[in-house]
Amino acid sequence: MSEILEIRNVTMKFGALLADRNVSFAVPKGSICGLIGPNGAGKTTLFNCIAGYYKPSEGEIIFLGKRIDGQPPFVIAKQGIARTFQVVRPLKEMSVLDNIMIGAFLHTRSASEARKIAEKCLSLCYLDEFRNMQAGELTIGNKKRLEVARALATNPRLLLLDEAVSGLTSTEVQDMVKVIRRLKEEGITILMVEHIMEAIMPISDKMVVLSHGEKIAEGPPSVIANDPAVITAYLGEKFARKIQKNNTASAEVDHGGRP
Amino acid sequence: MKTNVKTGTLAWIGFLALLALLPVAGIVSKGFLSHVLIMILLNASMAQAWNLIGGYAGQVSFGHSVFFGIGAYGAAYAVTVMKTTPWPGVLAGALLAAVVAVLIGFPTFKLKGHYFAIATFAIVEVFNRLFMIWEDVGGAVGLDYPILKDGWKNFSWSRDKTGYFYGALLLFALIFSLVRRLEQNRFGYYLKAIREGQETAESLGVNSRRFKLAAMALSAALAALCGSLFAQYNYRVDPSMVLSLDMSMRFVLVTILGGIGTLWGPLLGAAILIPLQEYTRAYLAKLGPGVDLVIFGLIIILMMEFQPRGIMGIIEQIMKKRRRGGAR
Repeated sequence: MSEILEIRNVTMKFGALLADRNVSFAVPKGSICGLIGPNGAGKTTLFNCIAGYYKPSEGEIIFLGKRIDGQPPFVIAKQGIARTFQVVRPLKEMSVLDNIMIGAFLHTRSASEARKIAEKCLSLCYLDEFRNMQAGELTIGNKKRLEVARALATNPRLLLLDEAVSGLTSTEVQDMVKVIRRLKEEGITILMVEHIMEAIMPISDKMVVLSHGEKIAEGPPSVIANDPAVITAYLGEKFARKIQKNNTASAEVDHGGRP
Repeated sequence: MKTNVKTGTLAWIGFLALLALLPVAGIVSKGFLSHVLIMILLNASMAQAWNLIGGYAGQVSFGHSVFFGIGAYGAAYAVTVMKTTPWPGVLAGALLAAVVAVLIGFPTFKLKGHYFAIATFAIVEVFNRLFMIWEDVGGAVGLDYPILKDGWKNFSWSRDKTGYFYGALLLFALIFSLVRRLEQNRFGYYLKAIREGQETAESLGVNSRRFKLAAMALSAALAALCGSLFAQYNYRVDPSMVLSLDMSMRFVLVTILGGIGTLWGPLLGAAILIPLQEYTRAYLAKLGPGVDLVIFGLIIILMMEFQPRGIMGIIEQIMKKRRRGGAR
């Protein structure tokens, strides 16, 4: 079985609003999979379905061969899925290390053991120097990495990153990308939501594109980048037509140049 | 790290031993001072019991007088109606309080927001009325203790207060040692995480409802033990004495004054508030009833304005300044 997570025909409705319609895709074990799409495409909703915050209206979510849809978040976490939040949620009045220890307590009752695990995650995410700082006092870039470190401490098989690089400066983005690459080397499968394509194109093995709640494309980044449906979804029809015209125009010029 | 924990434990045991020696040194026997000391220990214990759910887990309860009352009535019922020692009543009271706590917490912990706090408010009124009309426990008149033989068996001493002092000290040692231990355990970490962000905690595998219920049940049982001691010490119990919002607020205010969600806050709060209250009540009584409450309220207002984290917050500030000064 090479697929760690499988989304099968998931539909999520909020009253009359259809946030996700009949979405299906799979995440291969050990890969970095990017879930992209313009604002309001239903990415975060789908994410929340996987993490147990919403119960999908229809469809199934299968993790390691078992159905997990509809289970509460803490059960999902125990099964081996950890998540970060798009809007960072540090446990403000606790130290950075204590924050990470909360994650580590998932698999141990001993505080000293949890501290050991937390230390490891701390340095894996380049947070050593902030160890004893109150989590609320960190800069946004560090808070984003704290989200990852805390999730990591639960020793997940699958890590869900919700816009882990959005709102960061370019150096902070580079730091985060370094962290994500490291995690992949550790054998953790990653599903990441982003709406900035450039940030995750280079590190993704596979990409899934949502638009208006529907999957419009799926495949390796190089294919996705040139997919006309994706370009239309991101840039609007008018602009997409223009690009296409430009492409054909330059082709015609080439043709015209020949004797 | 480990040596730190060990020196902390030694200091704690030393502190308890010091308190235990007070009567031997002749400080505690009959006088007013011994009454004040007993009240400090009792109120610190009450506040610490509340602190578990209200401070560490961040679920503010205004209903702790109910658990306190159940404990008080448990002991009093055993002595006055069943004519036995208070001990079976103490045990039953603690268990019953835990059950009531779970019954309140079970539906309300599922909801977000202030439903829990509101529910605890309501439950005080319900229990107050219930005990007012319940003739088996004396109704509005309450239960009066008969003259008992002195000693631990009856937990009753008529000649001096030394016995009560040791009783209060035992209770204090039990509750503070327990919370001190829990604070360094997974349980304590989880409670704090729930307070700081329930959704975040759940995303990390914390079954927040279960932990809140456990903390609530434990907190209620400990509050009931305090209630039992209170009834034994006062030799009587009635609904307005124990089952009131006034009594509930005592749990909250002592903790807030000392420092909510901290280990030593409840002790500091009680050590400052109780002497103040008892002495103003004794010496300013001619100004009219309730002067102590006016002062009580004034202190809380000032504290909220200038240091919402209580006396522990002030201490922290001073320590920080010192550290910074030392660095230079």
